[in-house]
Amino acid sequence: MNVYALFAQLLELVIALLLAPLLTGWVNQCRAWLQNRSAPPLLQTYYTLSKLFHKDVLIAHNASSLFRAAPYIIFACMALASAIVPTLSTELIFAPAADAIALVGLFALARVFIALAGMDVGTSFGSMGSRREMLVGFLAEPALLMVFFTASLISQSTSLSTIVDTLAHSEFAIYPSLAFAGVAFTMVSLAENARVPIDNPTTHLELTMIHEAMILEYSGRHLALIEWASSLKLFAYSCLGLALFFPFGIPATAEPAALSFALVILVVKLAMGGAALALIETLNAKLRIFRAPEFLGTAFLLAVLAMLVHLLLEAGP
Amino acid sequence: MTEATSMLALVLATPFVTGIVLALFGHRRSAADINAAGSLLTLIAAALLTARVISAGPMTLFDEQFFVDPLNVFLIALTALVGFTTSLFSRPYMRVEHDHGRLSVLRLRLYHSMFQMFMCTMLVALSTNNLGILWVAMEAATLTTVLLVSLYRTPASLEAAWKYFILCGVGIAQALFGTILIYFAAERVLGPEGGALLWTHLDAVKSDLEPTVLSLAFIFLFVGYGTKTGLVPLHNWLADAHAEGPTPVSAVLSGLLLNVALYAIVRCKVLVDGALGTHFAGNLMMAFGLLTVVVPAFYLSRQKDVKRLFGYSSIEHMGLITFAFGMGGAVANFAALLHMTVHSLTKSAIFFAVGHASQMAGTQIIDDIQGLIKRSPTIGWALMLGSLAILGMPPFGVFTSEFMILTTAIKHYPWATPILLTALGVAFAAMFGKVQGMVFGEPTVRPLEHNPALLPVFVHLGLVLMLGLWIPPYLADWYRQAARLIG
Amino acid sequence: MSTALLHTVPLSGQVINLCAALMLLLGFAMLAQRRVLSLINLFMLQGVVLFASTLIVALTTKQSHLLYSAGLTLVLKVFALPYILHRLIRKLSVKWDVETLLNIPTTMLVGIGLVVIAFNVAQPISQLSGTITRATIGIALACVLLSFLMMITRSKAVPQVIAFLAMENALFFAATSATYGMPMVVELGIALDVMVGMVILGVFFFHIRQQFDSLDIRHMERSKDA
Repeated sequence: MNVYALFAQLLELVIALLLAPLLTGWVNQCRAWLQNRSAPPLLQTYYTLSKLFHKDVLIAHNASSLFRAAPYIIFACMALASAIVPTLSTELIFAPAADAIALVGLFALARVFIALAGMDVGTSFGSMGSRREMLVGFLAEPALLMVFFTASLISQSTSLSTIVDTLAHSEFAIYPSLAFAGVAFTMVSLAENARVPIDNPTTHLELTMIHEAMILEYSGRHLALIEWASSLKLFAYSCLGLALFFPFGIPATAEPAALSFALVILVVKLAMGGAALALIETLNAKLRIFRAPEFLGTAFLLAVLAMLVHLLLEAGP
Repeated sequence: MTEATSMLALVLATPFVTGIVLALFGHRRSAADINAAGSLLTLIAAALLTARVISAGPMTLFDEQFFVDPLNVFLIALTALVGFTTSLFSRPYMRVEHDHGRLSVLRLRLYHSMFQMFMCTMLVALSTNNLGILWVAMEAATLTTVLLVSLYRTPASLEAAWKYFILCGVGIAQALFGTILIYFAAERVLGPEGGALLWTHLDAVKSDLEPTVLSLAFIFLFVGYGTKTGLVPLHNWLADAHAEGPTPVSAVLSGLLLNVALYAIVRCKVLVDGALGTHFAGNLMMAFGLLTVVVPAFYLSRQKDVKRLFGYSSIEHMGLITFAFGMGGAVANFAALLHMTVHSLTKSAIFFAVGHASQMAGTQIIDDIQGLIKRSPTIGWALMLGSLAILGMPPFGVFTSEFMILTTAIKHYPWATPILLTALGVAFAAMFGKVQGMVFGEPTVRPLEHNPALLPVFVHLGLVLMLGLWIPPYLADWYRQAARLIG
Repeated sequence: MSTALLHTVPLSGQVINLCAALMLLLGFAMLAQRRVLSLINLFMLQGVVLFASTLIVALTTKQSHLLYSAGLTLVLKVFALPYILHRLIRKLSVKWDVETLLNIPTTMLVGIGLVVIAFNVAQPISQLSGTITRATIGIALACVLLSFLMMITRSKAVPQVIAFLAMENALFFAATSATYGMPMVVELGIALDVMVGMVILGVFFFHIRQQFDSLDIRHMERSKDA
């Protein structure tokens, strides 16, 4: 029961809640720069959230209690996910429970609830969005699991803290399997976070929506929570990617000095990651929905290849 | 020693040089004669080499890169003989083709030069000691014949050549992997010098070679070279290539190339048997040999094209020979070698007759060729006798070898005998019926403008008859020595 | 445990492993590729990776004949063959999308299955080998099987030929990784065969094109057993 560990855990949660909207804002700003538009202010997402919190909630009269509960559940899942991904330190209170497979389960739980909420009111766009979301999720989850398997084979454990520890504190070695896994993970996170080339987050055409279609019925604080949850999801995925593939700078201890140093490094890494995401989004066109399985199939293939290459090349007798 | 070296050099260099000469001058009218002369020279050189090997025993030549022993020198002699007779046959045959307008002089130039190059690659494959060079020569043999099969440039021939190229190319890539594996196993015992791929060295250390690697290598080599031998299920290219290529090409494909591919398998089998000590290679060869005898038997009755018919017959006989080599032992090996000889001679004789028959009829469709015996008794009789010979009628040599194979099978593998007999019986019924239809009946064929060269046909059939009745003692001894080498 | 193992492999060994992984990735990329021009470029990249890997093995194990092999690979597979293929494509004015007989996700799944098979088959050989590159034998065999799959799922002539050449690439990789290459004379012979084969194929394509006005293999499937 290390006090520092508890403190580190809480700090991670708070940082996640605070920084996630900033990350979304940063990505939008980079996109605008790349597309030669003038960007909204960096803090725009905060303004949107606070506006939504002050507004009234309007619910369809045939909505069930699930509809009301879903935003809270989704928000809780995402907050928990962001908390257990080691971003500032690997010595966390929840570390023993922070299992990679449990993380995938958390994301799946959130996805189930948002899909059900989309279908709850009975509108056609809602169900369409839910069906598409489940299709993408169905294909993306195995790929994500394979990426985690590769990482856990290298570090001989599925606990996130152990994985990050092993990868951060081993000597420099070329792991081709991690390179493949990294590409696969990028493709999966693009799909899961509803980014181009799977889904355009700024679209207003309902027929092309996946994620946005499910939340069309939400308003007020519910919508605020869901938007915050989306930002948290992006934050969690980015931190996960950084922890697995660029884990330098995540200390193994939870002392304040190390934590503040880790925080600075995290901000820098996230900034670069956000810019890279904006670049990928700008360079690619949105795929037609029936090409999404091919895209995710390629991700799955790369992830499996990563695992096979690891088994053959890096773990030989 | 140096005599043998110069003889081997002559055997290999003559076709190569003739090929170059024909590539330059093959459009002249004398091309066919140059072709025949070159083949004759090769035959004489091969005969001299054979005599030398018989008297002096096996020897390695050219810094151990070439090796002649009773097994391959007899095949070299056979190859040179059939090459010569085919070149004699192709003289009037190609002239008729040219007169019928089916081939231009440029195509004939390609044909003649590639024919000699093909002979050269086969002789290199037979006489080399280096497994890697064996592979290179087999691949080169495939390449020289691809363009020959598509010589007529009809859609069907292009398809046949494409199938041939792709199937054999893929097969031979597997054989390359098998060769790499053998080199891998050999290097551990013999060291990384070039000696690790020499068959004589490998033969000396074969019991030290790693069994798992060798068995894996044999599988790949068997698949690879087996494709070129026409073993089921990789036989798809053979019937088409025989049907669409010019007849002399069909004759040498059936009579010679299949033998060389099987020779490659047998050489590897010797190594694998020594390394493994079990009957693994033999069992594999028996299984696929048996399959290869049975499957074509049921295709024979459906054939409408006469050359396809005999192509399937070739597949069947190669299956029989593979089965015999698989069984192993003195009698079976002897029978297999004898069968290789008589099949080669008989099948090429048949193709000679068939070639002229289809020229007379203007078509290769069986139903449209009738009454050969009335228009041209020699061709009719040649076809009749040849078919009887290949179907295993006594007193021809094919009967002798098939009899020996069957008796060995009854003794050691009785379950295989009914299968073999049924397949051979079905084949007999199918082919005999069709050939009878072609030879007898009301003639639908026209006589030929040039006199066909039928001497080669009767020479071949005569040899086969002789081998059926009486095998000269030196020949029998020769076969026995080779059989002993195979083990 | 396995990370400690990786650190005992020297940097050159790691780079060779990286090259092997890239070869496998390129094999899959060729399997999934739709355009012929990209296919030729991928083939050229494979040649570059092969050249790099052979060069590193040659330098670390000080086998001079591998340097010649590497040079031969560079000249033949990175420059000569892609050049011939590009010229062929231009002359035949071939620009189509490659059609496949199976759809691409299924082909990929079958490809993964083949990779697993190849790794299993190559296990005993890797264990026996004494070279620094023994782990890559499985990958080489996997690349052979993948190009074999590519060959049977394509319906146009040029991609089939590229698959054939990729198979030969993979076999060469297998030879260098299992046994530090074959004797020089054999490698020269193989190179000669490949060159002559390409020339013959080039001639052949024109004939096919003349006859069928197309290089679609399915036009040539009419000859069945009568």
